[in-house]
Amino acid sequence: MTNSIKLRGLLVLACVLLALASLAPTLMKDRLPTWWQNAFDPIHLGLDLQGGMHLVLGVEVDKAVESRLDSIIQETEVLLNDEDIIFKSVDRFDGERLKITVYDTDAGEEVDAVMREQFPSLEPMTIDGSSGYVEKNYRFSDKEIAQIKDFAVRQALETMRNRVDQFGVSEPVIQRQSDYRILIQLPGIKEPQRAINLLGKTAQLQFKMVVEDADIEAAKAGDLKPGTTLLYERDVDSRTGKVTERPLVVSDRSSLTGDLLSDAQVRIDTRFNEPYVAIDFNAAGAKRFDQITAANVGQRMAIVLDDTVYSAPTIRERISGGSAQISGAFTEQEATDLAIVLRAGSLPAPVNILENRTVGPSLGHDSIEQGINSVLIGAVLVIIMILVYYRGAGIVANTALVLNIIFIMALLGMFKATLTLPGIAGIVLTVGMAIDANVLIFERIREELRNGKSARIAIDSGYAKAFVTIVDANITTLIAAVVLFQFGTGPVKGFAVTLSIGILASMFTAIFVSRLIFDFFLDVRNVRKISI
Amino acid sequence: MELIKPDINIDFISKRRYAAVISVVLILVGLAALVLRGGPNYGVDFAGGTVVQVRFNQSTDAVQIKDLLVPEVLASAVVQRFGDEDNEFLIRAEESDNGLQGMRTALVQKLEQEYGDGSVEVRRVEMVGPQVGKDLRKKGLMAIVYAMVGILIYISWRFELRFAVGAIVALLHDVTLTFGAFSLFDKEIGLPIIAAFLAIIGYSLNDTIIVYDRIRENRGRYNDKSFADLINRSINDTLSRTILTSTTTLLVVLSLFIFGGGVIHDFAFALLIGVIVGTYSSIYVASPMLLLWDKFQNKKVQEKS
Repeated sequence: MTNSIKLRGLLVLACVLLALASLAPTLMKDRLPTWWQNAFDPIHLGLDLQGGMHLVLGVEVDKAVESRLDSIIQETEVLLNDEDIIFKSVDRFDGERLKITVYDTDAGEEVDAVMREQFPSLEPMTIDGSSGYVEKNYRFSDKEIAQIKDFAVRQALETMRNRVDQFGVSEPVIQRQSDYRILIQLPGIKEPQRAINLLGKTAQLQFKMVVEDADIEAAKAGDLKPGTTLLYERDVDSRTGKVTERPLVVSDRSSLTGDLLSDAQVRIDTRFNEPYVAIDFNAAGAKRFDQITAANVGQRMAIVLDDTVYSAPTIRERISGGSAQISGAFTEQEATDLAIVLRAGSLPAPVNILENRTVGPSLGHDSIEQGINSVLIGAVLVIIMILVYYRGAGIVANTALVLNIIFIMALLGMFKATLTLPGIAGIVLTVGMAIDANVLIFERIREELRNGKSARIAIDSGYAKAFVTIVDANITTLIAAVVLFQFGTGPVKGFAVTLSIGILASMFTAIFVSRLIFDFFLDVRNVRKISI
Repeated sequence: MELIKPDINIDFISKRRYAAVISVVLILVGLAALVLRGGPNYGVDFAGGTVVQVRFNQSTDAVQIKDLLVPEVLASAVVQRFGDEDNEFLIRAEESDNGLQGMRTALVQKLEQEYGDGSVEVRRVEMVGPQVGKDLRKKGLMAIVYAMVGILIYISWRFELRFAVGAIVALLHDVTLTFGAFSLFDKEIGLPIIAAFLAIIGYSLNDTIIVYDRIRENRGRYNDKSFADLINRSINDTLSRTILTSTTTLLVVLSLFIFGGGVIHDFAFALLIGVIVGTYSSIYVASPMLLLWDKFQNKKVQEKS
């Protein structure tokens, strides 16, 4: 045996062994020693095959800018009062602007000085004195706005991670995408609606004082005193399931927010056997809670989550332990989920669902079965056809084809690529096209044989002539596959991956492996005539 | 075995005008279908909206499901049977923005009221917001454009510009025809279909390049032949391979079409059309384009002199 054949044979053998070793964890999962399972990952199935949920959430970053401005407004009012600057109003104006109205230019200059010192990130804008007042406008610089938005998305990402962790999903994907979008993939999830409720909740917990002397009817008609808001307390009757909503006027300003929480747990109220959520404040929160309850004994405090009042208990006495409870008409599930979102932290801005693709496990299972069946049936048909057409050489081409499928699967596992349903279609297509390289070579060999060349020369020149064609044809297909990969989302990407891997693997098997088999028979077994 | 005799010499090129007529007629039929249906039938991926695939534990029909859901749960909906049995359906709605309010829950509740608790299984939900749909549509179109540009560059480098132009015209022909077939059969265009289009581009090109490669090779061999004869000789030289490869590819795509399951049915349909059209176009579009280019060039040269 010549050295070249020995070397090439060893290389192919090594590739086959490596491929089989890496495929073993996929084929027989638990019967392998752990070091083996650790060395090679099983093929990762896409959500369309194993079932699961693919979500794209859009973070409403403009709201984050607004709420940042709102908190500056609150701080500004306190600052101006502290500095004894007399002002008419401080409010948000036109979305992204802060407007301070004062009575004269002197006060205006004082305001400017304070703002410059306290909030250097705000840019002063034109002064407009037409209404008899002096209006000072401030806005965030574009850079600052971009930063706030970016921070909001990063924080949302972190919160989503916490929530998904608490929800308990194996191998979740949580990624930031362009345009303030967040991609979340939850494989094998059983309760998709619950996951959406959990992830979609902004979970901004606020404690707000109830304005007792407000006129509810007027408020409903839209006539609200400045600094107050109309909210609804939602109540669900546990027997009939009927939802009642009670209007409530509360102060705009929150006395305390959920940022100061240290823990939230579900407890059961033993008297009524109803679940509630017990919350603990951190040190700062506990101090603040102590102050508020001390100052407002006898008044009602609304516990507001995402603009819905959960309860509005009357403060009976000063509470200094740093803990409180949120009760409402919860089911145990709702209470658990509420505790989860409170522990995981609030979102800096609301999110909305831009894309949701959920595949149930049964459909995924069917898809795998049908996908594998179509690959097998297609492959068997091709194998029979090639065998009939090329006989001896057909066996060579079919060996290459089977190896090709094995290599594709192995490479998928090694690259940690995801196999999707279109990905299976990509394998099917590759099976059809991979044989093309062998067909090209064999047709060339036949031509050479017809011209009276010997088997040895016919094979050499057949391979040489077909090689350029095969490379050109495959590279152009590869260009299409690479573009698809760049553009692709989810399943489509899976198609691009298997198509690309398939093309590369097929060049190796159809050219290198099949040539080796021919050379072996010609040089080692001294075969003089080839069956083609 | 040999299906095609080695000395075969079918005169393909002389029939190129008939082929052109057939191509144009087919493209026009596709475009007419497209216009009559009021534009492409975009799936939720591109149009935005929601598709819910539900399976019942009993037989029912689309009209009944629709009557139950519209207008109580959904403002409007299209209900279609999915697969071969009448217990599985696709419900397509235009709404996409109420994902948070639990359209899925409302839908299941309503259906279970009618068919009994636990009788309805939601097997798939796809909700795409209008903005994402628009983005995906743009990206899909760009993907096809980028792929074509990349291929144009590669072929111009490996062959000549006229070959590249011929190949691109053939690709446009194939994609247009497949697109037309989708309009004709009123099938939805979704993300996987774009993947199928790109696969068709890849396949058709594969086929075209093999013929072109032979033309390039034969040009050195037969100096005495006219360009038309040269092209014809090259098509005949590669005919055996063309038929064999097309058949094997068709076999696997057919197996995907028949056994691959409902989710991938339209995808396989696109490939099926694409493989047939792609094979045809490398003989009757890509190659005659070279001749056309040649004539055009000669005319320009004559006009100059």
